[in-house]
Amino acid sequence: MDMSELIDPFARLIEDVCTPAAIRAIEEGGNTAPMWAAFTDSGFLDALVAEELGGASLSLADVAPLIALLGAHAVPLPVADTMVARAILAGAGLEIPAGPVAIATGTGPAPFGAVAAHILSGTPQAPVLTDARGQATGVHHDVDAYISGLDGAVLRPVAAIIRALLISGAAGRVMDMTVAYANERTQFGKPIGKQQAVQQQLSVLAEQAVAARIAAAIGARSGLFPRMLDAAIAKHGASLAAGQVSAIAHAVHGAIGISEEYDLQLLTRRLHGWRLSDGSESYWADVLGGLRIADRHAPTVDFIRAA
Amino acid sequence: MFETLTLSTLPPEDEALRPALRALIHEAIADTPVHRRARSWQGFDAAFSRKLGQAGYLGLSLPKEYGGVGRGPFTRFVVVEELLSAGAPVAGHWIADRQSGPLILHYGTEEQRQFYLPRISKGEALFCIGMSEPGSGSDLASVRSRAERQDDGGWLLNGQKIWTTNAMHSDYMIALVRTSGTTADRQQGLSQLIVDLKLPGITIRPIVDLTGDAHFAEVFFEDVRLAPDALIGQEGQGWKQVTAELAFERSGPERVYSSVVLLDAWVRHLDAVGRKDSATLRLLGSLTARHAVLREMSLAVTARLVAGESPVVEASLMKDLGTSLEQDVPVLIGDDLAAHPDEPIDPELYRTLLYVTHIAPSFSLRGGTREILRGIIARGLGLR
Repeated sequence: MDMSELIDPFARLIEDVCTPAAIRAIEEGGNTAPMWAAFTDSGFLDALVAEELGGASLSLADVAPLIALLGAHAVPLPVADTMVARAILAGAGLEIPAGPVAIATGTGPAPFGAVAAHILSGTPQAPVLTDARGQATGVHHDVDAYISGLDGAVLRPVAAIIRALLISGAAGRVMDMTVAYANERTQFGKPIGKQQAVQQQLSVLAEQAVAARIAAAIGARSGLFPRMLDAAIAKHGASLAAGQVSAIAHAVHGAIGISEEYDLQLLTRRLHGWRLSDGSESYWADVLGGLRIADRHAPTVDFIRAA
Repeated sequence: MFETLTLSTLPPEDEALRPALRALIHEAIADTPVHRRARSWQGFDAAFSRKLGQAGYLGLSLPKEYGGVGRGPFTRFVVVEELLSAGAPVAGHWIADRQSGPLILHYGTEEQRQFYLPRISKGEALFCIGMSEPGSGSDLASVRSRAERQDDGGWLLNGQKIWTTNAMHSDYMIALVRTSGTTADRQQGLSQLIVDLKLPGITIRPIVDLTGDAHFAEVFFEDVRLAPDALIGQEGQGWKQVTAELAFERSGPERVYSSVVLLDAWVRHLDAVGRKDSATLRLLGSLTARHAVLREMSLAVTARLVAGESPVVEASLMKDLGTSLEQDVPVLIGDDLAAHPDEPIDPELYRTLLYVTHIAPSFSLRGGTREILRGIIARGLGLR
């Protein structure tokens, strides 16, 4: 299949329904139903569901560019999480609900917990779906929420890969925005992007954005039931990049970057949130270190070749 | 941007090379101490290079008609990865195999290909690259070494190169020199010449580095007479040719694995002392994860080479990230070991750690400094 047949209509859909104004409206507690209906009607929510169960049977690697687009446009609803949840629920023979599904993998805030209708926990084989009754985080314009009393730790690897893909999309968009801004903003009689000090920082931003994308792709390649090794590499790399990408983007943008009316913050707030969700870089480094030490004498090259 | 860099898979026939190659490497370096293996691609052993050539592990991307193996960059990726992982002494053939061979194949005349490429593939023609001069480091376009065309079509070469890796062990140098104009003409008027280092008028003085090794040298040219066929490619196109070569020079696994022998020695130490607390696992996991991502990036750039592209910006991006990891490894492992002052440490590990610590600055100097690479990336981003 030509992937552009999949990606282009999805990109158009997002650009139509997920404008910065629409994102802000939902962040302020507005009605999520129209945006959600657009995603439901598109049919993309069943992309990962098996064909015999009414889906498109795509792999996580197939839909990875779509999830990255969701990140790039700061879509404020759990579209990717719902795609994964629907595939897991359908695979377990359970009914698929109509509303948005968030995935809770720990006691910290669940991404999109405040805008989801349902929460997925349990395991891929025995998923548990509950109504969403999240507790607000109190963080300004946050769509995440605390979910208590559920155990979804076994879903953490796939959730971490979703987060890595969202980070990679947002990081790429932040790179584009920041380069464009550096070429526009003039100080000392020339665009700030002509200053070597700024160029060097933007190069680091680009390196981190590409590293995040490659890391996330390693996770996506592992599939809907990923190996721990791949999830760890993916989320470690993406989370590591998220902080640096955000810091450099804000440094280059100056004060306007931290203003509410400028769109950069829609992305950088999410970069930080997704970095912390489903295990930060250190959480996954611990996991990977444990796998490595258990493998005792495997040289680095042999160990990572298995990813 | 940079969307062409995507995950790539090594062909099974290349993966299949590993067991036999591994056996050959093991036989050659079984008794080599870890601190010598940590020399990575700085370790020189002409006999080992010839052995690799005889066994068919050199000239992998050169066509069979020129004595090569007729495979491609993916094959070379596998072979290089095995060599670096083991810490085999590869410096002898390294530059010829990585860039001089492909350069001669691409720009050379039929005669030059017939003459040099079969020897490169056998590990019998060792090359060095003459770029830096006393007044020309990162500002390579300012080179002053000069070759004047003679009446017989040959060249008279005068000047000096410095920091030339392995010049004293090499048979040939591919030198970037000025063949017309002045230094004010910058990139114009530069050409690449193949210099037989045994010719009269050439003096090579090894330079000892801070670890006690002499891997680089200064090379003096005093009225060196070169034949007409010393010119490689077109006169005046040296800059363009050098730039294309850099995609080969900057994208390989050697920009990720320079500290991997130390990392593996540290893992064996952890195993020996039975340390598996959270701080240790976190550091081990973090370094391992970063290696995994960079390996995929290097493989992604290699795939662009396979596709016939010249991914100069992507290679710069990958090299800058890779060398940063290579430099972080000795810093972080040093901190870890010294954070456990009551733990017994094998002197060989300590010696390896300090060797890598001391040589690590070179990782982001050789093949283009960090600042130059970031300038190239900035140009790729449309900032320059």
